[in-house]
Amino acid sequence: MGTVFSAKAWATVWQYRATFLNGLINTLESAVVGLLIAMVIGFTLGLMATSGRKLLRGIARVYVEFFQNTPLILQVCFLYYALAYSGIKITVVMVGFISLGLYHGAYVAEVVRAGIQSIPFGQFDAAHSQGFGYVDTMRHIILPQTVKIILPPMVNQVVALIKNTSCLYIIGGADLIATTYNFVTGESTGGAYGPAYLVGGMLFFLVCYPLSLMAGRWERKLKERDKITVAPETTDEGKGAEA
Amino acid sequence: MDKFMVDLQGSLGILKNPDVLSYLLQGLLFTIGISVITIVLSLIIGAVLALVRNYCTSGPARILRSVASAYIELFRNTPLMLWMFICFVMCPAPAVSKAFAEMLGFTSTVAVKTLFKAIVAFTLFTSAIMAEIIRGGLNSVARGQFEAAYSQGFGTMQTMTLIVLPQAFRNIIPTLLSQMITTIKDSSYMASLVTVELMARTKLIISKANSYNGTWVDRFDRGTINVTDVFVLFGFAFLVYFAINFTLSCIVRRMRSRKRA
Repeated sequence: MGTVFSAKAWATVWQYRATFLNGLINTLESAVVGLLIAMVIGFTLGLMATSGRKLLRGIARVYVEFFQNTPLILQVCFLYYALAYSGIKITVVMVGFISLGLYHGAYVAEVVRAGIQSIPFGQFDAAHSQGFGYVDTMRHIILPQTVKIILPPMVNQVVALIKNTSCLYIIGGADLIATTYNFVTGESTGGAYGPAYLVGGMLFFLVCYPLSLMAGRWERKLKERDKITVAPETTDEGKGAEA
Repeated sequence: MDKFMVDLQGSLGILKNPDVLSYLLQGLLFTIGISVITIVLSLIIGAVLALVRNYCTSGPARILRSVASAYIELFRNTPLMLWMFICFVMCPAPAVSKAFAEMLGFTSTVAVKTLFKAIVAFTLFTSAIMAEIIRGGLNSVARGQFEAAYSQGFGTMQTMTLIVLPQAFRNIIPTLLSQMITTIKDSSYMASLVTVELMARTKLIISKANSYNGTWVDRFDRGTINVTDVFVLFGFAFLVYFAINFTLSCIVRRMRSRKRA
């Protein structure tokens, strides 16, 4: 960490500030597009998992289990290599979008499923008895109620997604981590380890910490509310740091 | 279609090669070993962090609390890969003898040192997550337990080790197991530093698939790496990871549903 106090190293980092900013933008871009794909997949699968049809539930289960039980790096590498060796031209950025979306889609699906299942079954019955169809029930009755429950874990997913963009390094991505690493090992810029990692880490922290803070606060509020309105039998489990 | 079958036969041949298979399975042993070491170490560090963050709430000990909180938040909001790279350049590694490296199956001592650094980074990172899991467990122990212990004459240390921690740990066993899944998955991050565990070894074999899949003719015609190689080898890795993690996740689900019942 000696270079942290070296003015010259800091000057190098400052000189190449655009590189870091570019890395951050790439990371955020992958995260945002990945999130959009994950949301589409997640909501579809979440609805499938809570539907009465066995086949749909089965498909959702298989998808979630597969993507949650294998490493993201392996999925990224597989997608990249499989496409490359079958002659399909695809950019690293595209592979990043798709694999992040597919992987986090599984986690979003679980979040959505938990949200829908937290709604008392009587709500469904009541909606049906009033003549609501499936789509209307979901749109007007169920999903609006799940938002509050879904939001905190969803924000945690966003944080995980932003951090997971670093997986793209392995296929030669241009995310913030790859940029930082290439910077400290680069021929013309190398050596400024301390400042470069500090800046790279700080940029991640600055983006992720407010989000985590927000998610934590919502979650606590939700628990307080539960304590007031529901019998206190909810088990306070450690916040699973899955993903 | 015919070429596809030939390619596939060749690719499956790679896995039938005993050298390749044992190389990959050794990688699996490393994956498991690394994960277990990391879990155990980070459980200890995490427990300390959690206790400090939860109970050092008065007097000068509050400084310790801020340190623990800062540590946890810092590591939870930055990616593992960052810490791997930081430790790769900055973490000191102990001197390793050539004999020890060979015992682990490495040809160079550098690989062992890198492995050590990677494990340090992995442990530092996982400790923060562990701390939050354990804190959740501590918070799940009813306040009355503390009061009961104190009223029976237990000191702070005794209350913690004999009353609170055992209950806290029992409550978080499912969460710890699902963290084990995450740790096994995350161990693949090491692939970007050193070729040791399953992910990295699979990648290495694919990059040399042409010398195993039967397409190699001589040194002028080195054969080709086919897409079937990618499918077969990564497929194997997928299967192995899935088998382990799915088993764990089934256990977790079972525990959770039993707890609810």
